[in-house]
Amino acid sequence: MFLSMNWISEFVDFTGLDKLALIHRFSLSTAEVENEIFMKGSDISGIVVAEIKTVEEHPESKKLHLLKVDAGGEELVDVVCGAPNVRVGMKTAFAKVGARIGEITIAPRKLAGYTSYGMCCSEAEIGISDDNSGIMEITDDIPNGTDLKEAYQIDDIVFEVDNKSLTNRPDLWGHYGIAREFSALTGRPLKPIQTVDLSQFDSLPQIDMKILDPLCQRYSCLQVDNITRNVSPVNMRVRLYYCGMRAINFLADLTNYLMLEMGQPMHAFDSRKVSSIRIRRFENPFTFKTLDGVERNIDENTLMICNGENPVAIAGIMGGLDSEIVDDTTALTLESATFDAVSIRKSTVRLSHRTDASMRYEKCLDPEMTVTAVGRFVKLMLDADPDSKVISSLTDEYAFHYPERSFDFTKAFVDRYTGIKIGNNTIVETLESLGFETTEENDVFSVKIPSWRATKDVTMKADIIEEITRIYGYDNFDVNTAESPLYPIRTAEEKTVEDRIKDLLVQKYNLHELHSYVWVYNDEYKALGIEIEGNVRLINATNPNIEIIRRSIVPTQLCQVKYNTDFSKEFGVFEIGRTADGVDPETNLCREHKKLCVTLFSKVKTTEQVYTELCNMLAVIADDIKHEKLSFAKIEASHSYQHPKNLNAIICDGKAIGEVGVVYPTIAKKIDKKASIVYAEIDVAEFAEIVSKSMVYDEPSKYPEIEVDLTFMSDRFAPIGSAIDAVNSPLVKKVSVADTYIDDSGKSITVKIVFSDKTKTLTREEVTAVTDNVIKNLESQGIALKV
Amino acid sequence: MSEEIKELREKFSETVQNVSDTQTLEEIRIEYLGKKGSVTGLLKSMKNLSNEERKSFGQQVNVLKNEITEAIAKKAEQIKQKELEREISSVPEFDVSAPPVLDRGSYHPITLVQRECERVFRSMGFTVEDYSEIVTDYECFESLNIPKHHPARDMQDTYYLTNGQLLKSQTSAAQNAIYKKYRKALVEEGRPIKAIFPGRCFRNEATDACHENTFFQMEGVMVDKNISISNLIFFMKTMLSEVFRKDIKVRLRPGFFPFVEPGFELDISCLICGGEGCPSCKHSGWLELCPCGMIHPEVLKAGGIDPEEYTGFAFGLGMTRLAMMKYGVKDIRDLNSGNLKSLSQFTAE
Repeated sequence: MFLSMNWISEFVDFTGLDKLALIHRFSLSTAEVENEIFMKGSDISGIVVAEIKTVEEHPESKKLHLLKVDAGGEELVDVVCGAPNVRVGMKTAFAKVGARIGEITIAPRKLAGYTSYGMCCSEAEIGISDDNSGIMEITDDIPNGTDLKEAYQIDDIVFEVDNKSLTNRPDLWGHYGIAREFSALTGRPLKPIQTVDLSQFDSLPQIDMKILDPLCQRYSCLQVDNITRNVSPVNMRVRLYYCGMRAINFLADLTNYLMLEMGQPMHAFDSRKVSSIRIRRFENPFTFKTLDGVERNIDENTLMICNGENPVAIAGIMGGLDSEIVDDTTALTLESATFDAVSIRKSTVRLSHRTDASMRYEKCLDPEMTVTAVGRFVKLMLDADPDSKVISSLTDEYAFHYPERSFDFTKAFVDRYTGIKIGNNTIVETLESLGFETTEENDVFSVKIPSWRATKDVTMKADIIEEITRIYGYDNFDVNTAESPLYPIRTAEEKTVEDRIKDLLVQKYNLHELHSYVWVYNDEYKALGIEIEGNVRLINATNPNIEIIRRSIVPTQLCQVKYNTDFSKEFGVFEIGRTADGVDPETNLCREHKKLCVTLFSKVKTTEQVYTELCNMLAVIADDIKHEKLSFAKIEASHSYQHPKNLNAIICDGKAIGEVGVVYPTIAKKIDKKASIVYAEIDVAEFAEIVSKSMVYDEPSKYPEIEVDLTFMSDRFAPIGSAIDAVNSPLVKKVSVADTYIDDSGKSITVKIVFSDKTKTLTREEVTAVTDNVIKNLESQGIALKV
Repeated sequence: MSEEIKELREKFSETVQNVSDTQTLEEIRIEYLGKKGSVTGLLKSMKNLSNEERKSFGQQVNVLKNEITEAIAKKAEQIKQKELEREISSVPEFDVSAPPVLDRGSYHPITLVQRECERVFRSMGFTVEDYSEIVTDYECFESLNIPKHHPARDMQDTYYLTNGQLLKSQTSAAQNAIYKKYRKALVEEGRPIKAIFPGRCFRNEATDACHENTFFQMEGVMVDKNISISNLIFFMKTMLSEVFRKDIKVRLRPGFFPFVEPGFELDISCLICGGEGCPSCKHSGWLELCPCGMIHPEVLKAGGIDPEEYTGFAFGLGMTRLAMMKYGVKDIRDLNSGNLKSLSQFTAE
């Protein structure tokens, strides 16, 4: 919303004050002012009121005229002018030689053989409207030679307030409300708004009007007649233009002016079309043509203004085409009303049509304002068009009153909330300046909330704090730390686990952390041949490619790996992110999980190598964070990306916390024809829940260890491991796979067993007793020792 | 006889002179000093001599033997030295001029910024909380004083799910749960609630270089008996100065958010120009950084905390925006792109 300092200063005297500094304070105390402030009129000078005395056709040009102009000097000035609307006796804006318009300084200039000593200007050239169809027409009786800036309020400071910062302030949608803020900020009084006393028309007939629906809070109307003025006064037009509105005609301009001044939207109907006003909704939907010529669908929730049974306007949003003011309109009916804000907002959403009026109604306008606005309208109308007449009495139905609000609060409350000391007088003066009737006795304050703040904005004590502090100025606050007691802070295990996993994967394994979206990427999944599985869906996604919440991060990560195949011959990525797995039927809440997903990609290693690498990586995580051993158990594939043979559950502390697997061959090939791709996914919360084993120090033996390598014909380590475990010898210190080998006779595994004893040097016999036992055990299973 | 000694001495010194390897030297040693060696042979031949001659001869042979032993040891040392020199000279000087292979992992920039903030807030006694991404209408709106028809719900276009839940549009969605989690400790033990909760948020909007539908925020709250606006300003200034590692000026302006009263927009002095005015702060000297305010009494009430007894402040920092500011990321979409060429650049500081 654009605001004019001239307009505001009609209500607050700024004499002697720095207006730019005031606007800055307003931004810090009331609402955000955009950076660019417009110094209107600063780009023109030397433009005066002048009268065209003679007009001659230019002998060689159809467009140009040769004028003699009285610019207030002793001699008439020769001017060559191309405007179509020149005529003798017309007064216009004239830029004299030496005048400045933007970058241009006016100098004598030859035009088609004749010298022009100055330029007649259009309103657009002066910057007071967008009318460039001809030169400005001045109808006011102003002496020739008068500087245009003295004649009209062209010099102005205009600033823009971010509408979003006004959503909670219905009172700030007009200049008068803004002026009240400036009054509070400057400590200068707010002048009352000048109106006409409407009681003088009480003897005139009432308008037939009835509110038939509780969505209309108040409806005030008045009939006027004989408005003859067509073009609005220049100052009014300039203000409208500076505030972002085009001048249309006197009547339309007046309603707009009222809205920008008081924040009260007004509408004017042709009185012939509204002989009996009814405000209501309709049970059955229908279409309605608004005055912008658009057919709109009206449903049973949309409040309408009707003439009897016939709708003539969408309440609070826009008038109808049929009841619009037309050329032969003489009498018109003025509407000044308030409606239920939520209803108006919903209607604008349904109709996808937001207007300057509806924008204001949405904010909960003060119903007390409707009649004042009518009085103001009549005042402005009579001032500019003395022949116009009021032909009805004020007809006003006030159906819904907001409750009057007032409450008490103590000085201690203010001190506690602010943390600083603000004097009682300052508190009272501040609140009074904003229109809150305030009294104070023994540090207890009583305030009455003014009607324009009581519709929704100020409802409790904390709101009062804001009023006091923002005017006091946050820059003036002493800042202090809190005096709260200190306690140690605890970090949730899950958070610690997450941080450590990230550190291990990045710092030990050189993996890269990625982020992704929480939904399935339909197109990317399809391209890889990953089945999209049903799950919780978004109901209002604007992009159809995102609709289903993912069940697993694995497919997402495979899409990301596909995108990165040219990054390096070998890389690994991971993410800790969320998935959802359907809805719990009992609570109707989504089952959300936090998952760690890791994918390794390699064009230089075999799939088995990469798979083992990943399993080892997971084992290190479990060992490092929980001091737990991992084991893996084969599981059945159930998702399109899983390999039917190489898929294992990850088991930690007896429970499955995730899976590790090879990517399904066709998907892997679509990602890269030659690469080995394996993944793992772990439920972070499940892993975090595992109680960490405490570390126990194992003092190394002082006696030498004995290492024995045994090679067995076996394709799996598991039976060998079990056989060693079965002996249950306290001498076995460590078992590892030293080598695996495949030849014509099959796969063989060399295990290295380390023996040690803390009390003595081991003998060969003691060791052989154990190994013989293992060998015998395995032989009985058909697993031979290879020699 | 002494002739023989003389001859042998001369022969030895001639032979040993040209030896350059350990093996030949050993052969020479055996040739002279071995059981069947020349020196040993000389000693053996003594048996034919008279006692006197034998004594004198024996002494001479022993002198020779010692000389030879010493010479061989000396020679052996020389050869070892030579071999070491040969070994060193045969090793090439390694080429360190090649660009190093930086094989290392990377953190997501959000993780880095988040950890930095967590570090600062933890140091001031704030706990770090986590919260789900799918939340209820109550958590995201109702409990935050944003009833069904409230215009604030228009400000954020929310992703709704088929079961009526939604993807949280603001980290504030965790406030209610956090108040409920800690209210007992607050009321019964007098432990103030000091918590931050970083998390992913979602807005149903079209994406471009400046807009994302998925981004990170970090919410913070502090609740105790006498938390004031003055405290809020102090904490924000102190914490932001720590986060940015320089003295930051802060400025509050009124801002409207339904879950705080009074609500503020917090500006910080421009990080680039320090307040002088530059293109990055649109010549205002200030950057709008985060909304904050005193927690709305209704919000405290919804969390089971009596607003007559307790007050508190809340703030919301845009982690994604902070990361972009910190690392000079111009296109917000890079962060969720999964592109390793972008994202592998970020390492812990």
